[in-house]
Amino acid sequence: MTNSNLTTRQKVEASMARRRASETRFRLYGMASVLFGMLCLVVLFGDIFSKGYSAFSQTVLTTEIYLDADYLEISTTSDEQALMNANYEGLVKNHFKTEMQPSGRKERRQLYSMISAGAGWQIQKEILADTSLIGQTITIDLIMDDDVDQWFKHDHGNDDGSTRLSEAQLGWLDSWVESGDLHTRFNTTFFVNGDSREPELAGIRGAMTGTFLTLLVTFLLSFPIGVAAAIYLEEFAPKNRLTEIVEININNLAAVPSITFGLLGLAIFINIFGVSRSTPLVGGLVLTLMTLPTIIISGRAAIKAVPPSIREAALGLGASKMQTVFHHVLPLALPGMLTGTIIGMAQALGETAPLLMIGMIAFVVDVPGFINDPSTVLPVQIFLWSDSPERAFTERTSGAIMVLLGFLIIMNTAAVVLRRRLERRW
Amino acid sequence: MNYSTLLIAVLIALGGAYLLGRNRARTLASQGAKMHSLPTHYGALVALWTTLPPLLLLLLWAVFETRVVDMLLTLQLPESIRLAGEADVRLALSKVHNLAKDSSLMAESNLSGAAAHLVDLQARTSLLKGGVILALIFAGLGLTWRRIQPDMRARGEVESIVRKLLFLSSAIAVLTTLGILASVLFEAIMFFQKVSPIEFLFGTTWSPQVALRADQSGSSGSFGAIPLFTGTLLISAIAMFIAVPVGLMAAIYLSEYAASNVRQVAKPALEVLAGIPTVVYGFFAALTVAPLIRQWGETAGLDVSSESALAAGLVMGIMIIPFVSSLSDDVINAVPQSLRDGSYGLGATKSETVRQVVIPAALPGIVGAVMLAVSRAIGETMIVAMAAGLAANLTANPLDSVTTVTVQIVTLLVGDQEFDSPKTLAAFALGLVLFIVTLALNFVAIKIVQKYREQYD
Repeated sequence: MTNSNLTTRQKVEASMARRRASETRFRLYGMASVLFGMLCLVVLFGDIFSKGYSAFSQTVLTTEIYLDADYLEISTTSDEQALMNANYEGLVKNHFKTEMQPSGRKERRQLYSMISAGAGWQIQKEILADTSLIGQTITIDLIMDDDVDQWFKHDHGNDDGSTRLSEAQLGWLDSWVESGDLHTRFNTTFFVNGDSREPELAGIRGAMTGTFLTLLVTFLLSFPIGVAAAIYLEEFAPKNRLTEIVEININNLAAVPSITFGLLGLAIFINIFGVSRSTPLVGGLVLTLMTLPTIIISGRAAIKAVPPSIREAALGLGASKMQTVFHHVLPLALPGMLTGTIIGMAQALGETAPLLMIGMIAFVVDVPGFINDPSTVLPVQIFLWSDSPERAFTERTSGAIMVLLGFLIIMNTAAVVLRRRLERRW
Repeated sequence: MNYSTLLIAVLIALGGAYLLGRNRARTLASQGAKMHSLPTHYGALVALWTTLPPLLLLLLWAVFETRVVDMLLTLQLPESIRLAGEADVRLALSKVHNLAKDSSLMAESNLSGAAAHLVDLQARTSLLKGGVILALIFAGLGLTWRRIQPDMRARGEVESIVRKLLFLSSAIAVLTTLGILASVLFEAIMFFQKVSPIEFLFGTTWSPQVALRADQSGSSGSFGAIPLFTGTLLISAIAMFIAVPVGLMAAIYLSEYAASNVRQVAKPALEVLAGIPTVVYGFFAALTVAPLIRQWGETAGLDVSSESALAAGLVMGIMIIPFVSSLSDDVINAVPQSLRDGSYGLGATKSETVRQVVIPAALPGIVGAVMLAVSRAIGETMIVAMAAGLAANLTANPLDSVTTVTVQIVTLLVGDQEFDSPKTLAAFALGLVLFIVTLALNFVAIKIVQKYREQYD
């Protein structure tokens, strides 16, 4: 039987099974693609969360420690120099030496290495806050070294040999765990400290302050300039070749790789204008140029959405063009512009590459106070930490990412809410 | 006086001038004069003339102060340093600056004179700056205030100034492009004076170390950028291999098949992927995906580099999915329903309609979307900086480690920079290539997308 003997209807019916199968297949591909995208999102968030949630707790050892005035060489509590320079770290070491009785130098060194270098500062802080504590025995939660921290949070109970701790150290730890002195608490250090080489003392406060100052500069510059540019292009610009070039240029600029803005910042702001490197000021300038296209584009859309009848009514009542725009169009377009600005700010918040070029990658321990202090920002801090080999830094990197994502979620939600609440549909 | 104090002074002047101008206009009006404009216009005019000139001056001052001071200071340096060359002069200048900041520093005696001069100079410029700014504020205030008369056309003047300010704001976008171009072009030309463009564009060895001493051997530095270009292309290709099919199919599914409630959830969820900072993707690629691929490779008996192009490319692909999908979604939605209806009327199934009618009709737009995505992939920095390597291997093996243009820019520019060494300048030459390529891609893509959108409007 050849095909020519079949009627068209028979041909079509014969092919239907194949066509239906291909229809189902096509549909499944589409569904699989969407699911793949969402799966990536879930895996990414899950991975970060599973690595990072433990960054928010910190292992501490509850210790009763005698603040020996003789050992600290503090004779009078009014002697500030002595209070500042006393050997608090030695005091802590001494305390553990007498308590745990390590045998030999090697064990002693192992014992000391389990306590964080910040333990001495903790004692110092207590004493500076209340000098009457000298000569008394206080109970204090001492921060433990990151190796202990990791062991207690992850390896404790499943001895797979992955820990870097020795037999002797594990013995002491077990005794502390048994007595209940070793426990975890909320990791405030992570939020109040600047960067540090010691993972257990490293925090994101410096980076967060830097981010805040940088974004402040960005907002103060990019919002007014962006709104002004949007107003000009939408309301005043003559429709000519020049305006067209400006428009094309803005669209292109929105898609230029962010790293080239860093090159501009380095060559022009730093080398020619002499703005100092690593500061929120220069970071804010670079991010302003980067976010401007986003703000201008969304601002123009918001102005375009204001119906012409509003303008005509104002003009009809004798308002000048400028009065029409500033008294009537702009207030109505402002919510839309704000939404665009928040989205632009969210972009700037997550931006890393251009800031590396302008030196915001420096290791900064101090929390910056003003826009011309050296500082770093949260994404760059993440980049810096992710390079550190310590397991505790991986955990803190993920923790910092969670904080960063938290801010982004807040900003984007704010943009959505603002749009729903304030934006009028005409 | 420092900049923040002066800035605050200018801001106070702004408010004061506005009130003064407005009140004068009101007083005149209450005396029976028929004013041309509203009192607020007079206030705004006085405020503008009081604050704009000092602000402009402050800006210029900020730009030129350090250069002028350094120039004056150079004249104070001992002859021996001044004649020794630019690098020595710069070193001496920074020493002088440190010395002036902290007099307790032990000084090389031949610089202490210059340091004292600097302290003196700084005190004088600071005083001069404060004086000039205050003089400008009061001059602007006084002159404009006196000009307020009933027949003065304040509104017209204010509006024309504001209009110029608005224009200037929109010109900043153009200036940015020119600034990027100028900054990369200028340094790139200096680079090409040291290294020939032919060697840069067609050389196959990239090792940007430069000899510390002239007689040192073996590290003269070679700047053949071909391995970087191929590395960039390899990683971008892997990324597009993931992003284009997935993004396109997701867009088709969401716009043609999905129920509206599915669409409402899935579309924003996919777009979240685009909002995640790239440094997060980089971390994910370097610490999760790369080890995983290495592990799988080892069980399959393959030799996988720990910084494989595959890991960076895969994660970059995930990042780009939403770009492709949301742009394609727009163009697919722009295809008129009548084309689909016509196809259904001829008996085509939904998938046949999509494949044979909708996609061909939307093709230019989709091509534009893909081009934008490619430009995004080429310019992406953090993922590759964290997950791809530094070794400039000329290879097409995705399991090998490759490096990219952006990674090299970051590596060359992070840390110490010397603007007379080809090593630092090479970064700008790479930046120039990157800028030109992405700009060309964007330009063509945006043109295509726009042209296509207009067709069905």
